[in-house]
Amino acid sequence: MQRIGDAPALRRLLIGAAVALSALFLLLPLVAIFAQAFSQGLGTFWVNVSDTYTLAAIGLTLFITALTIPINLVFGVMLAWLVTRFAFPGRRLLQTLIDIPFAISPVVAGLVYLLLYGRNGWLGGWLDAHDIQLMFAWPGILMVTVFVTCPFVARELIPLMQAQGSREEEAAVTLGASGFTLFRRVTLPNIRWALLYGVILTNARAVGEFGAVSVVSGAIRGETNTLPLHVELLYQDYNTVGAFASAALLALIALFTLAAKAGLEWRAARREALA
Amino acid sequence: MSQRAAGSRLPLPFPGRTQRVLPGFGLSLGISLTFVSLVLLLPLTGLVGQLAGLSLGEYWAIISEPRVVASYAITLGAAAVAALVNAAFGLLLAWVLVRYDFPGKRALDALMDLPFALPTAVAGITLATLYSSNGWMGQTLAPLGLEVAYTWVGIALAMAFTSIPFVVRTVQPILEDLPHEIDEAAMTLGAQDGVAFRRVILPHLWPALVTGTGLAFVRSLGEFGAVIFIAGNMPYETEITSLMIFVKLQEYDYVGASAIASVVLATSLALLLAINLWQGRFIRRLHGGN
Amino acid sequence: MSIRLENIAKHYGPRARALSPIDLDIREGELIGLLGPSGSGKTTLLRIMAGLEQPDPAPAGRIQFGERDVTRVHVRDRRIGFVFQHYALFRHMSVYDNVAFGLTVLPRRERPSSGEIRARVHRLLEMVQLEQLATRYPAQLSGGQQQRVSLARALALRPEVLLLDEPFGALDAKVRQELRRWLRHLHDELGFTSVFVTHDQEEALELSDRVAVMSNGRIEQIDTPEALYRAPANRFVFEFLGDVNHLEGEVREGVLTCGEARLAVDMPDGAAELLMRPHELSLAPAPSAEAHLPMTVTAVSPVGAEVRVELAADWLAEPWLATVRHADFEHLALARGKRLYALPRRWHRFDDQGARPAARPRLATAD
Repeated sequence: MQRIGDAPALRRLLIGAAVALSALFLLLPLVAIFAQAFSQGLGTFWVNVSDTYTLAAIGLTLFITALTIPINLVFGVMLAWLVTRFAFPGRRLLQTLIDIPFAISPVVAGLVYLLLYGRNGWLGGWLDAHDIQLMFAWPGILMVTVFVTCPFVARELIPLMQAQGSREEEAAVTLGASGFTLFRRVTLPNIRWALLYGVILTNARAVGEFGAVSVVSGAIRGETNTLPLHVELLYQDYNTVGAFASAALLALIALFTLAAKAGLEWRAARREALA
Repeated sequence: MSQRAAGSRLPLPFPGRTQRVLPGFGLSLGISLTFVSLVLLLPLTGLVGQLAGLSLGEYWAIISEPRVVASYAITLGAAAVAALVNAAFGLLLAWVLVRYDFPGKRALDALMDLPFALPTAVAGITLATLYSSNGWMGQTLAPLGLEVAYTWVGIALAMAFTSIPFVVRTVQPILEDLPHEIDEAAMTLGAQDGVAFRRVILPHLWPALVTGTGLAFVRSLGEFGAVIFIAGNMPYETEITSLMIFVKLQEYDYVGASAIASVVLATSLALLLAINLWQGRFIRRLHGGN
Repeated sequence: MSIRLENIAKHYGPRARALSPIDLDIREGELIGLLGPSGSGKTTLLRIMAGLEQPDPAPAGRIQFGERDVTRVHVRDRRIGFVFQHYALFRHMSVYDNVAFGLTVLPRRERPSSGEIRARVHRLLEMVQLEQLATRYPAQLSGGQQQRVSLARALALRPEVLLLDEPFGALDAKVRQELRRWLRHLHDELGFTSVFVTHDQEEALELSDRVAVMSNGRIEQIDTPEALYRAPANRFVFEFLGDVNHLEGEVREGVLTCGEARLAVDMPDGAAELLMRPHELSLAPAPSAEAHLPMTVTAVSPVGAEVRVELAADWLAEPWLATVRHADFEHLALARGKRLYALPRRWHRFDDQGARPAARPRLATAD
């Protein structure tokens, strides 16, 4: 088969340009992270990573992520089920609304939460009177993290569930399946890979969120400092190697995300080829 | 849910109110609406509440302050450059990844998502380190008279980095779905590669390319973590609007921060709306309808 | 312009053979149909003529258009017109721009003036009866209209060779009929050489000067429609060109036996298989001296010029099909469940692949 742009010289030129530019703008920064982190040897890297404050930051980040994922998983599945399985007024609007976090600058996202729940905010006075502190504490970090990551699961599921349609589920209903059985036995097997991918994306963003979290965290070392904030703090303290040690941990999670995504896509492509 | 109970009742007497076959409508509607209201919509009222106390004159004074206006210009300019660079880079990468086979293609494809997977703060300190005067790239570019770190070029670079996937990932599926007969029709009619690309292929990619570029632009306008480290943050010169909001917050000037944030928010939402409308019109023409 | 293919073969990978080495001569001004089931290599052959696929480099084949060797010529320089199965119109261009495309991408020194282009495009649109729709977009046209735009577009550069890949495959029966007649007319008027691919025997036989029947990457037979139908070269051609009834049995002393069925044949002893067209059967209330083939009517379809009758019997693996005149239909009082006897007037025999058929006429003894 012949296609436009198949001439060997052109092909080599375009592939060369694409590879060279990608290496320069994407691969080089990735390499630089690890080069910096290990620039003073493995020992120093280990000292940096096992520092008390770093460990505390890792702990907080894992804690926030571990709470964010199930919340958004439930919401994403519910929303996807709602908008792909039922017709009701306002369905389109609902689908548009969940894209809000993608449209909003993270700093603005942090700001609106601060305005609502902070000391001077609408609910802040009431919360203060009852001695509940949300902002500059982990609940605030969790809230903004849930906000910025809430579209991911739903966004992966909606197009897939729309394409699959509801025939299989309707068939299951005629066979007497109901509620949770129906979801677990019929729906879940069809959407599990998209669900997993949504979780991986949620995880990557939850671990790495910086702008929104930095507004509501207060960045108290050992208490409200997440790993990305810790990276910033060390970098501003001119502890470059320390900053990059933590950055390398985050980059590893990013690499895992890329590998998982590539793996899932490869799997999907292979199944399509077999089908 | 009450689906079972409903099934045992007599048919509903209201025409047009059909019974739903699948279970879970009430549950999923309840959870979704609660979540959307509490997590997405309620916080936005905080912004409205904060701004409600301002007169129009005061509002205008805050958002037209010279230092803030300078930040608009820097943000818009750098984001525009970043988006255009990404349009070209993204188109090239999408083309190469869809049309050609070569060793390492899958790795290159996976690499395209790095900017979305990598935390922005990590991207920020890495780019700042790479392009500072003693970094690998900074050292290479300095003799050429090119300064990237702490200039608007650095801002544009950071913005471009974080928004790379938008164009690639919107153009790629469209290019994949383009039937090979389109290429073949153009070739049997004698068109050379350049003409065929410009007149036959590019028009098909156009909506995706504009959408991807638009999304990259919107994302760049709001980018914070990746930019602040390389920007230098000199007032009137390398201060982006997101940083202005952050600075106002650190000065406990919540009103000022809210006013500027409202400008950013309105711009982003207006742009997204425009992209959606434009795309809808274009797609209607290609798929019939009069 | 004549087309000559010599020794053209095509493999997709070491095992997947699409075409065995093929020779084919097409005379100037001919209209040739490539007919075959899917996977027979007909589309591959057409695409190789167009230059959209490359034939295998070894054994070295040759493609000639007239005196010109085009084997190594790129598709864009072969100057052929190509009509795609699904039209492949440029969806973002109006009908006018689609038809004008080939002219507007000519190198500047060969390109006609814009006035000349306009005149030519309008003449073409007139020819395909679409002047009214010049400003419409493809998505606003019916399938038949889109295919006519596609033809006008292919003819804009005045090619001497027109290649069509299943041109009417995606259209409904009525539009297909109309476009067929219209293509034949256009072909005769403009005098180009045409090759089209189809899997529809009726279409191939009705439209072509000669038909090349293909299977498994080979041309089984190339002949005029009458010759193909009357003298099929082998069993494949015979079976592909119409409905066939099979009779398998043992011959002993001039009588073929299969269960309770018997038929007098002039053949040596041994296993034999006879093939019959539906119109080569008569139906009668009683057996004849030569044939004792008892059958039961399972379905009757009295639609069209003839009545189609489906027949079954214990001694048959697959049901037979017979076509009878309406007069006979009434005379025999055909209805489902009726028992009667089939009387072959003629049958065909193919001993092995490629052997000439041994058809022999028999006198009908019905009535």
